[in-house]
Amino acid sequence: MFDFVRVYLNFKIAASDGICGALAPISPDLFVNACPRFFDGFFVTLELLLLSSVLGFLIAVAVVLARVSSSRFLSIPAHAYIYVFRGTPLLVQLWVLYYGLGSMGAEGLGPLWPFFKEGWWVGLLTLTLNTAAYVAEILRGGIQNLPHGQIEAAEACGMTWSQRMRRIIFPQAIRIAWPAYGNEVILLMKASALVSTITVMDLMGQTRTIFSRSYDLSIFLYGAALYLVLAGLLTLGLRLVEARMTIPSFTQPKSPR
Amino acid sequence: MNNESVFSLLAFGDTGWGDDLLAGAWITVQLAAVSLVCGLALGLLLAGGRLSPWRPLNWLTNTYIIFIRGTPEFLVLLLVFFGLDLVVQQIAAGLGIQSSFEVPKFAAAVAGLSLIFSAYASEVFRGAYLAVPTGQIEAATATGMSAGQVFWRVRLPQMWRFALPGLANLWMVLLKDTSLAAVIALDELLRQAKVASESTLQPLVFYLAAGAIYLVLTAVSDIARHRLELGARRGYAR
Amino acid sequence: MFKKLVTVALVATIAAASAGSAIAQPMQIRIATEGAYPPFNQKDAAGNLVGFDIDIANALCAEMKAECTVVAQDWDGIIPGLVANKYDAIIASMSITPERQQSVGFTEPYYSNYLHVMAKKGSGIAGADDLAGKSVGAERSTVASQWAEDNLGRSADVKLYDTQTAAYSDLDAGRIDAMVSDIYPAYDWLQTHDGFEFIGDNIDIADKIGIAVRKDDNELREALNGALKTIRDNGTYATINAKYFPFDIY
Repeated sequence: MFDFVRVYLNFKIAASDGICGALAPISPDLFVNACPRFFDGFFVTLELLLLSSVLGFLIAVAVVLARVSSSRFLSIPAHAYIYVFRGTPLLVQLWVLYYGLGSMGAEGLGPLWPFFKEGWWVGLLTLTLNTAAYVAEILRGGIQNLPHGQIEAAEACGMTWSQRMRRIIFPQAIRIAWPAYGNEVILLMKASALVSTITVMDLMGQTRTIFSRSYDLSIFLYGAALYLVLAGLLTLGLRLVEARMTIPSFTQPKSPR
Repeated sequence: MNNESVFSLLAFGDTGWGDDLLAGAWITVQLAAVSLVCGLALGLLLAGGRLSPWRPLNWLTNTYIIFIRGTPEFLVLLLVFFGLDLVVQQIAAGLGIQSSFEVPKFAAAVAGLSLIFSAYASEVFRGAYLAVPTGQIEAATATGMSAGQVFWRVRLPQMWRFALPGLANLWMVLLKDTSLAAVIALDELLRQAKVASESTLQPLVFYLAAGAIYLVLTAVSDIARHRLELGARRGYAR
Repeated sequence: MFKKLVTVALVATIAAASAGSAIAQPMQIRIATEGAYPPFNQKDAAGNLVGFDIDIANALCAEMKAECTVVAQDWDGIIPGLVANKYDAIIASMSITPERQQSVGFTEPYYSNYLHVMAKKGSGIAGADDLAGKSVGAERSTVASQWAEDNLGRSADVKLYDTQTAAYSDLDAGRIDAMVSDIYPAYDWLQTHDGFEFIGDNIDIADKIGIAVRKDDNELREALNGALKTIRDNGTYATINAKYFPFDIY
């Protein structure tokens, strides 16, 4: 584990140095000076995005199971959670958790204070909870689009609830939902820029800080370019996963007879 | 904190902040509505660009859409907010006028939000345009309609039905994105909540209150969307 | 373009003429201020201009035995108004910057803008040197944040906020141990927030505030400089200073 962390830290430094060094001869001074800061921010954004999308996905699975459950004690809270997080702006959610809960301070929050003290953790928490609500709704769409006959057939075979979920429903629901899920990851990447309002030095935070020193608008364009690179990489990664999990006979268009 | 103090904080009038929050909510609604109108118009133009047979226009609109889809809304808004002033000043300087004119915040926010909205709306319009069955277009042409007539009488009325669900989604996104204008100090709902919470040091109360108002706005929009979709589907639904 | 040149030439002639004739009778000086920057210049309930800048202006005029009128002018048009001869001097807490020096002249500074560290009372922080290992807040777009990043960035955890008030919130919540800020707005805030205090000395960032005059108006500039020196020496300045701030702002 520590090895992994160390390798990753070294990779970050090497990547930042390498790319900034390579770009230096062909870039304006403004970018060259700011380049290491941009890459600091780039990796903070990437880390927040990967962690929140993975954690958010896990929570979404739990939420969607509760949402489609026949028990009202599960489905109503799950519905309310999805409704509230999709019905309010992320910026409000961030500020409720950071400034709102944070104002209770060390006395009010007790053992939770070290967590809520740091903008990074509050940002991760908010992004995770927010994306979980959207992903849960996407997965619900996937589940409800399955032909009902399949579920009846699985029941008739004597499969238990968990067997049906694991073997029949989820594998198909995820395939149906994957394109929409990919969109959500990109939207999450863009939304993550808002954590710069709670002191996190992500790519947006660095971009705004560099801008506030020079008031040169091209700083924003450099920041945008890095976001576009990230969006491109993500799109590529999502397509690779999609290709891997496609079952050829399922999607290849049947030639008309 | 007891309930009484929450009520007095959110009271109307000089002592409480309830009226300020509602005033902010009204600006939020105005901001979203004006941005919707501008964004729809711009979105139609962009869709035209994407469907145009002329390659450079195609390429230009595609680049714009990729840029907006891959760049945080927050960054676009700030770029427009700071950039518009510069553009106006450059134009003024070009005309030989020394100007320290500042683009009003509301106008800057509308510009930013409708630029973002239009990129997504153009996709919806394009999809709706292509969703009209070709058989109908062929039939209309066969009856001797001109290309213009086919567009205005056959395509456009039906595009509305196909575009509505997508546009309704975008409206919800737009409504929530108006909150970003708080960062450029436009006095909309979230900014009012920020001012109130910082002067009373009661952020939890005010941000939750703002969240509740946003929830009401999206809930009302949801109901309106449902009604509109029922209306648009009339005659088509099973 | 030609029209503009003519106007500038005319303005310069008129300025020279009025300066030349001013020797005979008491000097007439028209002064502009903004009227929206308390406690330096603002309007009181009756609509009169008041504040530190106005008091300084009146003291200087008394010293020069000049007849002065003070008018309010929006910030954006304040330098163009001076250049166009609508008034003769700007006493409006204006920082002396190289950009402004291209279009107007400045007197010697009459006060300085400093940064200052503030923290909760009883924080145990005695000065900027104690901030190592602490978290320190500042407003992102200010000189204070640049100073904090450049001077504390390596030793302390510097957090940047979109607004000064957001940083106050986190100072209150205990998320940050201290804050670096322009001294005057911070002083204003401290007046209504008991639990916080200034820590250590002023941090000098070489931000000097001067009186702007037209570039070629050397006579007025020298008269103002002379009067400024006199009120510094005879204690008038100190009296005005003490009326607004319990610390020296020169």
